Amino acid sequence: MSVSKKVLPGFGLTMGLTMSYLSFIVLIPMFSLALEAAEVGWAGFWKAITDPRIIASYKVSFGCSFIAALINAIFGTIMAWVLTRYRFLGRRIIDGLIELPFALPTAVAGIALTALTVDKGWIGKPLAELGIAVAYTRVGIVVALTFITLPFVVRSVQPVLERLSPDYEEAGLVLGASKLKIFFKIVFPEIKPAVLTGFSLAFARGLGEYGSVIFIAGNKPLKTEIAPLMIVTRLEEFLYGQATAVALVMLTASFIIMFLINRLQIRSATFCEG
Amino acid sequence: MPKFVFTLFTALTLMLAFSANSLFAVEITNVSYDPTREFYDEYNKAFQKYWQDKKKEEVTIIQSHGGSGKQARAVIEGNEADVVTLALAYDITAIAEAGLIKKDWQEKLPKNSSPYTSTIVFLVRKGNPKNLKDWGDLAKDGVGIITPNPKTSGGARWNYLAAWAWADKEYNHDRTKIIEYITKVFNNVLVLDNGARGSTNTFVQNGQGDVLLAWENEAFLTLKQEGDKYEIVTPPTSILAEPPVTVVDEVVDKRGTREIATEYLTFLYSDEGQRLAGKHFYRPSNPEILKEFGNQFVSTQLITIDNPLFDGWEKAQKEHFTDGAIFDQIYVKK
Repeated sequence: MSVSKKVLPGFGLTMGLTMSYLSFIVLIPMFSLALEAAEVGWAGFWKAITDPRIIASYKVSFGCSFIAALINAIFGTIMAWVLTRYRFLGRRIIDGLIELPFALPTAVAGIALTALTVDKGWIGKPLAELGIAVAYTRVGIVVALTFITLPFVVRSVQPVLERLSPDYEEAGLVLGASKLKIFFKIVFPEIKPAVLTGFSLAFARGLGEYGSVIFIAGNKPLKTEIAPLMIVTRLEEFLYGQATAVALVMLTASFIIMFLINRLQIRSATFCEG
Repeated sequence: MPKFVFTLFTALTLMLAFSANSLFAVEITNVSYDPTREFYDEYNKAFQKYWQDKKKEEVTIIQSHGGSGKQARAVIEGNEADVVTLALAYDITAIAEAGLIKKDWQEKLPKNSSPYTSTIVFLVRKGNPKNLKDWGDLAKDGVGIITPNPKTSGGARWNYLAAWAWADKEYNHDRTKIIEYITKVFNNVLVLDNGARGSTNTFVQNGQGDVLLAWENEAFLTLKQEGDKYEIVTPPTSILAEPPVTVVDEVVDKRGTREIATEYLTFLYSDEGQRLAGKHFYRPSNPEILKEFGNQFVSTQLITIDNPLFDGWEKAQKEHFTDGAIFDQIYVKK
């Protein structure tokens, strides 16, 4: 694929801009991070990233973000479906509400969700009677992350569904396909890349979320400490090298996951076209 | 290149204009920690008036509040503070190690550079249903404790050390028993928030736990707002928390604000400054002024951080709170 054969002009200029923009916004900060982490040396680096509490925090962070992103992938798709396929009273308001988690300062969200889900709160009280604790457990972390990352899936899937003409669904119906079959054979393949994008955005956002989670997590060592909290803890001890070491692990892991999801998405997109 | 010369000229003029501006209106920045907000609000007004009367000069004071460690880091990383008024000497020492403050800072002002002090008390629910009187009670089964995380909060480090000091006396320096006790206490901790205000919120708004380990001034503030629901228990022994203040040498020399910044801090030791500190529930360091507050501050045996038991912040930090030190071992057995 030689560049000169492209019909579109301006490849050199836009590519140059892309590269310098990426360098300034992403690569240079990353590089400085790596430099800072290198300060502690290999042994120190290894020790910093394999501390039992840190390892426990990776599990909490990745596990909870994954579950939250999964929940949003399912319910976000349903919400996007309702918002694009049906016209009903208050649709615009609901549509606007979806962005609220973005607009709200995360600390406010964290404090509000905690107040609701503690064993004396509106939602927490009936749940506590059933023996379910939400605030100050991993369930609470998932709740906070689900709230914070809600808009990603809805907003990724919505435009795709809007462009997807209902004609196909009607055609399927006329040809006698069941409703489930219509969804899984016609609709889902079309929106799958968008759902994956939304999922990966939500997942990535969940990994980095700090402000809301620290209020609801309880921050008990080995149980409900998230990785970003461990980074802040290290900074608080003025251990910059160790903090960046942990940050680097998070970054690398997120990058690999994002890369894999992107690959998956490209594959499913080409599959659709074909 | 006339254009280049013109740009340079404009930039220089602007720079001159700005520096001239700062000659006429004095402005100083006080970087402080979280619970001093209300106190410095009022203190700054008093100082502005004092400076106006003395020098016929107006002064603007910019206040900044946040977790003590975070604030120290901000100053190290270039937040231009003329004075820092933080929760513990360790954080100021960190700034000194970065070269912004002279090493002997703590000897520059009276009383370890701590114009006001505080201590750690128990805030319990009205009637003290779990009957918590002393540090030993915190290790009992079924007691729910709320404290911030000593790793992220300056105040929480005082909590931990106060408990340690009690246990040291109780168990006659037997280290194994002390650690056993501290482990029991932290196993009773329900929520480890990362700052003092967060813990107050967990205890008060969310109704978690039986006891909040708090700064005395924070506890009084809660009592002032919702006095009918809580009471303060001052344990017979506790720790003397000395939140120190100092001038940031590097910044005041650059900005030419050494005189006013120093005066701003020494005014904390004046009768007026001391009374204001007392009014906002800090213990005035001047014994005469402390007496004026009568029974507000229950006198208890207060152990200082420089006591041989801890031997200063640097050692305490290393022994208890750094990576892999005693506090970490409570959770991860080595």
